[in-house]
Amino acid sequence: MEATIWEVFIQSKNGLAHKHVGNVHAEDKEMALQNARDLYTRRNEGSCIWVVKSEHIVSSVPEDEESFFDPSNDKVYRHPTFYKMPDGSKHI
Amino acid sequence: MQEQLFQKKIDAEQKIEPKDWMPDGYRSHLIRQISQHAHSEIIGMQPEGNWITRAPSLRAKMILLAKVQDEAGHGLYLYSACETLGISRDELNSQLHQGKAKYSSIFNYPTLSWADMGAIGWLVDGAAIVNQVSLQKTSYGPYSRGMVKICKEESFHQRQGYEIMSEMANGTKEQKEMAQDALNRFWWPSIMMFGPHDSDSPRTGNAMKWKIKRKTNDELRQDFIDKTVAQAELIGLKIPDPDLKWNEERSSYDFGEINWDEFWGVVNGNGPCNEQRLNHHIKAHEDGEWVRKAAKAYAEKQNS
Repeated sequence: MEATIWEVFIQSKNGLAHKHVGNVHAEDKEMALQNARDLYTRRNEGSCIWVVKSEHIVSSVPEDEESFFDPSNDKVYRHPTFYKMPDGSKHI
Repeated sequence: MQEQLFQKKIDAEQKIEPKDWMPDGYRSHLIRQISQHAHSEIIGMQPEGNWITRAPSLRAKMILLAKVQDEAGHGLYLYSACETLGISRDELNSQLHQGKAKYSSIFNYPTLSWADMGAIGWLVDGAAIVNQVSLQKTSYGPYSRGMVKICKEESFHQRQGYEIMSEMANGTKEQKEMAQDALNRFWWPSIMMFGPHDSDSPRTGNAMKWKIKRKTNDELRQDFIDKTVAQAELIGLKIPDPDLKWNEERSSYDFGEINWDEFWGVVNGNGPCNEQRLNHHIKAHEDGEWVRKAAKAYAEKQNS
């Protein structure tokens, strides 16, 4: 039996979001963190690492892409450019 | 229909992701290419690992250790990309051990002197960089992202190799001879790394159509030669090819005929170190069995 696969997320700098960088094989969470550190941060790439078992990631699927994401395009009023501002208005 | 949509995406320079539909041939081509690439990184640790304990200075030793560790990392990035295609690490290893999966033939040549560490970094990593820079734009997302990461790390490898060559080429008479000898032995195998001529490479057509490869073997080889000749001249070394000549019309170097009998001989297992490299990998894998078992047992104990 192979070891569990863990997905690795790295925060490159304090204040930024964690970003997915790849995965590692490990038997437990300490080993996963250790392996992620050795593999993905040999050159100052990060200030924090998350590891999550791959099986716990839930993903949308390509077949649903249209129905899943399309409606957002209908709602133009969600974007600031939708609104008419009176001439001469500033700081808005 | 699905295949048309797939090709449309490729033509529009969109990336294919693991859950997207893909033709079986695309998947199997990628598994073969990425696993061969991954195995090359891992087997490639052996010829250099050979010199860690014999490095001529503490500085050289630290650098070589870091480089070999990087190669392990590159292998893991690539296995990780390959696994997204639905093949397990165990299966990949077993294909290597059974000789079903290949690795780059360059690693079947022995490393006889310290200058070989220079030649490998400069030429072998140099050739790999030319290939990998073009693969950053490969159509398969996980492979492409792995290449971007690897390319960022790889230029240190080439520069450290060229530094060794440059120092030796400008050193004592013996050192210069060692540098030239290393170049003589590694030049031809390095330009063979790009594989057979396009006309003898039956899979190139699909690989280009699917944008797995972005440049052909011959294009990449020419890029590498054009980049490297001036570097050799600068440090006073001579490339061992009497037919090497600048071609004004093509703005490229013409070069001599490659010994394809040697190439296929090494690919098919008859190089100087094929057996040693593979046996060492198998032994290391088997010797590590108890570690994997212990880690699993420990994890189970933590969870119970």
